[in-house]
Amino acid sequence: MELGEQKLLDIKEGLKSGVPIVIGYIPIAMAFGILAKTEGVSLLDTMLFSVLVFAGASQFMALNLLAVGVGAGEIILATLLMNFRHFLMSASLAAKLEDRRKRWIPLAAFAVTDETFSVAALRQGTLTLNYLLPMEYAAYGSWLGGTALGYLLGSALPELVKASMGVALYAMFTAILVPAVRKSKVVTILALGAGILNTVLSYSRIVTSGWSLILTILLVAAAGAWIFDGEEVERDE
Amino acid sequence: MLVLIVGMMAVTYLPRVIPFFIVSQTKLSKRIQRFLQFIPYAALGALIIPGAFSATPDMPSAAMVGILFAGLYGWFRGGIIIPVLGSIIATWMILSSGFGMIM
Repeated sequence: MELGEQKLLDIKEGLKSGVPIVIGYIPIAMAFGILAKTEGVSLLDTMLFSVLVFAGASQFMALNLLAVGVGAGEIILATLLMNFRHFLMSASLAAKLEDRRKRWIPLAAFAVTDETFSVAALRQGTLTLNYLLPMEYAAYGSWLGGTALGYLLGSALPELVKASMGVALYAMFTAILVPAVRKSKVVTILALGAGILNTVLSYSRIVTSGWSLILTILLVAAAGAWIFDGEEVERDE
Repeated sequence: MLVLIVGMMAVTYLPRVIPFFIVSQTKLSKRIQRFLQFIPYAALGALIIPGAFSATPDMPSAAMVGILFAGLYGWFRGGIIIPVLGSIIATWMILSSGFGMIM
């Protein structure tokens, strides 16, 4: 009985955690649908992008590169570089996940995005698939729905509302990070260090934005693990 | 087009799924564990900065006010849904008032 209750509680928590991502994805997915239509991509192909790839930045990049006539091979390579940051994110989630029911892992891994990762990784206490999957797939549903809405209805949302909703994911990242910063100096140093390094790398244009994120996460987390030897970040309240 | 989409799926999915099988089958040293534990904080820092400064490109101050609200609310009260909704409303208010023009 108690196990069943815990399961329901986790699912409910997962869906609730998905809400900010759902809100944040709608305007971005709609923008993708609108852009795809403008560039003459069919509705089926547009949906397939969102259904199969489910990685916002690289989907936009693909449309932009297609528009200037870049070939599929090059776009796929650029996608690999851009989305390789998820390797680091999945590795981090895998270490936190306590629930190892193998057949659900491929599904959970498919929906690892910057946003679902951030919410899951900073969840207090244990991370279970009962929590992770509903959160991820609420986000996925919103990504698909937003894509279809954008393609079919165009800019159904007023410009001002869409622009305001553009702040949602940054607000979510901030709201997730701030309590951890408040509790730990190490977290503060890591997050600030990463922000500064990412700013320097992206504005100096030494590397592309995809690389900038990967390098920043890799270097800052590695430097942290080296410097803060023996210090543990508090995970629980 | 289908070749492109399936190719993109493959190169996106593989980095997402492979770590789950590596990490669960390896005994990790303390240092690697710490590295993996630090990744979210580094990632969040890099996801917020500098992107947040151009979240509302026409009027960056509007997004700044919204994100400031999310940060302050998160600091004192916690939670995610209220900070996110509040930041959208705050951003909308600044954008629609045109107040951000003078900031």
